[in-house]
Amino acid sequence: MVEAMENIASKKAQFLSNFLAKDTDVNSSLAKQEALKALENLEFPTTRDEYWKYTRVGKITSAKYSQIPSFKVSDISNYCIEGLETYRVVFVNGFFSEELSDISTNQGVSILPIAKARKENTDEIEQYFGKLSKHKTQFFSALNTVFNTNGVFVKIAKNSILEKPIHIINITNAESAAFNPRNLFVVEENAEVQIINSYETSSGSSFTNATTEIYVKEGAKVDSYILQNESDTSKQINEIDVLQESNTTYSATTITLNGGLVRNNHNIEVRGQGSETNLFGLYLTSGNQHIDNHTIVDHIEPNCESNEVYIGVMDDKSTAVFNGKVFVRSEAQKTNAYQQNKNMLLTDDASAYSKPELEIYADDVKCSHGSTTGQVDEEAIFYLRTRGVSEANARKMMICAFAHEILDNIKIEVLREMLEIQIDERFVLVESL
Amino acid sequence: MLRIKNLHASVDGNEILKGLNLEVKAGEVHAIMGPNGSGKSTLASVIAGKPDYEVSGDVTLNGKDLLDLAPEERAGEGVFLAFQYPVEIPGVSNVNFLKTAVNDIRAYKGLPPMAAKDFLKMLKEKQALVELDKKLTSRSVNEGFSGGEKKRNEIFQMAMLNPKLAILDETDSGLDIDALRIVANGVNKLKSADNATIIITHYQRLLDYIVPDYVHVLYDGKIIKSGTKELALELEEKGYDWLTKGVESSELKVKS
Repeated sequence: MVEAMENIASKKAQFLSNFLAKDTDVNSSLAKQEALKALENLEFPTTRDEYWKYTRVGKITSAKYSQIPSFKVSDISNYCIEGLETYRVVFVNGFFSEELSDISTNQGVSILPIAKARKENTDEIEQYFGKLSKHKTQFFSALNTVFNTNGVFVKIAKNSILEKPIHIINITNAESAAFNPRNLFVVEENAEVQIINSYETSSGSSFTNATTEIYVKEGAKVDSYILQNESDTSKQINEIDVLQESNTTYSATTITLNGGLVRNNHNIEVRGQGSETNLFGLYLTSGNQHIDNHTIVDHIEPNCESNEVYIGVMDDKSTAVFNGKVFVRSEAQKTNAYQQNKNMLLTDDASAYSKPELEIYADDVKCSHGSTTGQVDEEAIFYLRTRGVSEANARKMMICAFAHEILDNIKIEVLREMLEIQIDERFVLVESL
Repeated sequence: MLRIKNLHASVDGNEILKGLNLEVKAGEVHAIMGPNGSGKSTLASVIAGKPDYEVSGDVTLNGKDLLDLAPEERAGEGVFLAFQYPVEIPGVSNVNFLKTAVNDIRAYKGLPPMAAKDFLKMLKEKQALVELDKKLTSRSVNEGFSGGEKKRNEIFQMAMLNPKLAILDETDSGLDIDALRIVANGVNKLKSADNATIIITHYQRLLDYIVPDYVHVLYDGKIIKSGTKELALELEEKGYDWLTKGVESSELKVKS
């Protein structure tokens, strides 16, 4: 027993030795101190923890990570959204790339690499940093809070409505390297912003452990897109923590097109009346991929509405997990909460674990949730084929129609069109089972 | 045009069609009637190429062997089945579905895709033919359609695809008299000297609107009687008993 514990302890020490705390001035941040302490006590999550029941992190924790190689991206256009003008923040292997970025901003918005902001806006960062993240209880959140090297700090000033989205592009090409990007968004009263966060692998396999905190202040609107398109061997843990004040709208669409192991933890605290939360997700898995979406919407105040729809298509031997939890606290009367998860399995070897959960402590609320998992409707395939539609086209039509329900919610038109094309192309060659 | 010889079909070891013969010539309308469970819908599904059946025998359309072809290839050869229960397909719009269907059939025939302008023109024409609400065309295939709208949508698709052989499987079921008239009207307008129609029905009612050249009675997987439209009237009056009793006793004789 003692030996086993020592073994675990040494495994953790070995894993942590992969990371270098660049910023040795631990005292500068309370959250960092908390996280450092938490790391001493927290173990790797295992499938014995309910929160990690279907996702093993052994692939992450047993890997050796090399020093991050520097690498230059000469052409950024592949990673941009064609026809969309954005503010652009580019990180290449975790390093902020000034020459690829375009953060020359107007009044009302400030976009800074967080490392720089920490030096220049120390007090402001300290006010927000680590106040939402789960670093006291979650191992990977603590890891990020201690070892984060870069990311972005964005502040949208009161009443500012951003005329173009902010696109944060994370590109990696490292053979087994680990990154801890950390983002902080403060969207002040009545401001409006669209954020796109994309994660791409140019080559190799990496472990990205991202944590993002978003403050949506009274009357503000945030429309956020998370695009995950990493390599088959990449691993990603992505925690997003949101605080919504009153009369706010937070909408997030998470699109996972590729990735070896992806775990998204999306936590929304609705601490204000008259707010709206929309969470949409689309995950398309293949090979041996494992994609896990965990969401928590916590309704603390009355008269709020939340909508959640996650849709997945699983091919080959891949696995998808959805766990959506909605809390309606005793004060949160007149809450309207809707939650839906739909999975389509393309093979007998693909699996889906779905667990929509409602925990309601108020009595005057309207909540519903549902989950379906099935295969392509063969009756419909036959129907389409009798009209002359080839089998491949029939399958493609059925799968794309299923996925499009999520894309229809995307408000940035060129982004929606780009994804529609990508998804249509992806399913062109789906043959019969 | 259509020639069926000694057609057998079974599903999960149960033989449903037991040596069926039928010949349909261009320009003709054939009605197939018969009691429940006699194999009428199976015949329709087997001609269209539903994969659930084990099939033997010969089915040719203008000399081409259909049984070797996939459902979409049969559609390419000119087979169309109007379903008894049209399938709802959420998320697939009628227009996109028809565009793909029309162009996949054109590709099968070695033709280039239809120009968007021509397609829209055809769409409008055929929509008018079956008095289909314009809104339904842009909606998802059959999703939330009433029974009558679904059947009308079947005939609309038939009009768009212009088949050589159309099989209407219980197209009259669930239709009120106005919808029946519209559907029948559509079918009659689509009739020509080059195509043929098989109407599968329980009731004489539809045959008042679409007048058949021949009426066949299908029972226990075989056609046991063929005649002209008067046969349908006789069936309406007398039911099937007078025909099926004879079959059973003759089978008994064979067995004994």
